[in-house]
Amino acid sequence: MSARYGMVIDLDRCTGCGSCMVACAAENNVPALPQATARTGITPMLVRKASNGKEGNLRREAFIPILCMHCEHETPCVHVCPQQAVELDAATGIVMQMPQRCLGCRYCMTACPYHARYFNWWDPAWSAGMEKSLNPGVATRMRGVVEKCNFCHVRFHAAKEKAAAAGRREIDPADYIPACVEACPTGAIRFGNLSDPNDPVTQDARSANAFRLLARIGTEPKVYYKSNEEWVRRLAESGGQSDSPTHTTRIPAQQAEELHV
Amino acid sequence: MSSMALADSRWIARGEERVSLPRFLAWLAPWIVLLAIGVYAAGLCLFYGLNQTNMDNRFAFGLWIFLDLGIIALGAGAFFTGFLVYILKRAELRPILNTAVVVGFICYSGAVAILMIDVGQPLRAWFTFWHPNTHSMLTEVTFCISCYLTVLGLEYVPILLRNRQLRKLPSFLVFERQLHKLVPVLAAVGTLLSFFHQGSLGGLYGVLRGRPFAFREGIFIWPSTFFLFILSAIATGPSFLMLVVAIVERVTGRNLVAQDVFRRLGRISGVLLGVYVAAKSIDTLIWLNFTSPSEGFAPWQYYIYKPFGTPVLFTEIVLFGLVPAFLLTFPRTAEHRGWRLSAAALACCGVLMNRFVMTVQTLALPTLSFDEFLSYTPSWQELASFGAVIAYGVIVYSLSYRYLPLFSRSGGEDSHVPGH
Repeated sequence: MSARYGMVIDLDRCTGCGSCMVACAAENNVPALPQATARTGITPMLVRKASNGKEGNLRREAFIPILCMHCEHETPCVHVCPQQAVELDAATGIVMQMPQRCLGCRYCMTACPYHARYFNWWDPAWSAGMEKSLNPGVATRMRGVVEKCNFCHVRFHAAKEKAAAAGRREIDPADYIPACVEACPTGAIRFGNLSDPNDPVTQDARSANAFRLLARIGTEPKVYYKSNEEWVRRLAESGGQSDSPTHTTRIPAQQAEELHV
Repeated sequence: MSSMALADSRWIARGEERVSLPRFLAWLAPWIVLLAIGVYAAGLCLFYGLNQTNMDNRFAFGLWIFLDLGIIALGAGAFFTGFLVYILKRAELRPILNTAVVVGFICYSGAVAILMIDVGQPLRAWFTFWHPNTHSMLTEVTFCISCYLTVLGLEYVPILLRNRQLRKLPSFLVFERQLHKLVPVLAAVGTLLSFFHQGSLGGLYGVLRGRPFAFREGIFIWPSTFFLFILSAIATGPSFLMLVVAIVERVTGRNLVAQDVFRRLGRISGVLLGVYVAAKSIDTLIWLNFTSPSEGFAPWQYYIYKPFGTPVLFTEIVLFGLVPAFLLTFPRTAEHRGWRLSAAALACCGVLMNRFVMTVQTLALPTLSFDEFLSYTPSWQELASFGAVIAYGVIVYSLSYRYLPLFSRSGGEDSHVPGH
């Protein structure tokens, strides 16, 4: 049976600690480049900050982890890539990037509504000794190619191998958990199979306070967010849709750099 | 006369007067310097990577894409003139045909050169031909531009072989004459390819559902920008040709093309520009009232960020669209050389502004509610590469003008042009 892996991120639980970003970078061998800025660094998982635009006691803030949404319908990056370096895996619903085939034209980055794709502006490099901490299961990416979140696909492979070794056809859901989900100290990020109606994540995604970013453009993203705060849910829409436009800010560059490992 | 000057004069078409070699080299010198700086900058980008530019993950496309789209639109005069002469049999435009081919070749080869720098892995360019994604507009652009540049090369070769010295080689002469027979076929193929890639360049942005400022509904698989890009390119291509020839006439102090040809080109450009402005206006109204709101984006959102306010839209459609269309079609202004050339310049500015808006404004505007409007300033390497394309164009055109019979009346050496 085909799976449709997806996420639900409870924004009311997210403290913006950045553990998910660190875990993602470590798992996926993202190099820590001192020359990278908030706009040129590689952050397949990026925690961003938004506020309700009010001041004083009325001010509210929320942290929003942004990653590839693994769009299901007319996946923008898949459609535009000229050489099929991006594909939507029918077996898992995961949008896969093949750096080995990527031309580095960056058309997919232009197409992504969420700015969740990153270009390797520099050669990957690690300070002395750091290369010993690299994850042997994940290939490093070269300069000049695009990359993004792939729901820690290497862990999916490991889970499949484990299932095969045990003589099972289906993986144990407990064996396939992306690094960010594992690292989140408040359990704000949950991961599961959205085609399984009994999966708690599927039920969470169907709850009344769940929403998806820019759902109206029709790409059917598989990353859901939830919040009990109405102003947070309104962030799902474009900037000018609410009656009292929410003034929001991007995560400050310095803070982003601090979080970027 | 020095031996070098004597040797140089032997390459110039018989009966043609050209400036002395030192004067010509002095004219070329600054352009060669500009080209050299640009080649060095491009080398830095190729050697050290695109970190030499100021593009980033948000501004993944920058100055170079604007340059590509802009010069390919302006270069449309090449295929469109070929179409008018060979397909629609408008023989009166024949005197400008060679210049159209050279200008087209310069524009397209310049664009391809810049594209090769603009990709992160230029050595993988062939992957697009080997693993093509038939759903991608960029695949169509890559195929059509590659093929059309080949066609332009084949159209340029007969002009090149008409050089006084090259003609002395019998095999070249035979080859040139045989190739000449193919020119009408090449013109037809070029027209087909150009229609598709000009359109696909529009489609490149029109299909971006995730960039509501650029996204357009359309007909079948083609967004409306597909057709608008074709229209705007064929409307401004002739205007650009007029401008190029007028500049060459000014620099050389000669009348190279009869005013009738200019009048005809201006009229064609004006009528097409009028059709484009009408289509663009209708498209903008549909987008503002239906397409964008249906995706959850209020139209005013796009115009609250300076400097991209509504004056930009007004300038693009009215000042650089409606006004030149009027000037080029209204008999009194269309007859006046000054008005005609001013209108042509406005039309060219219009198409460049449209490409700028579609590329840069699209990326600058936020899509997520917690995004902010971002700006981008090109690095010197990007600007130098940009300048190098212009320098390359001037150098190639200058050499072509000096050593090749670009205008039909130049010497008797192209007397065998079909129909002459």
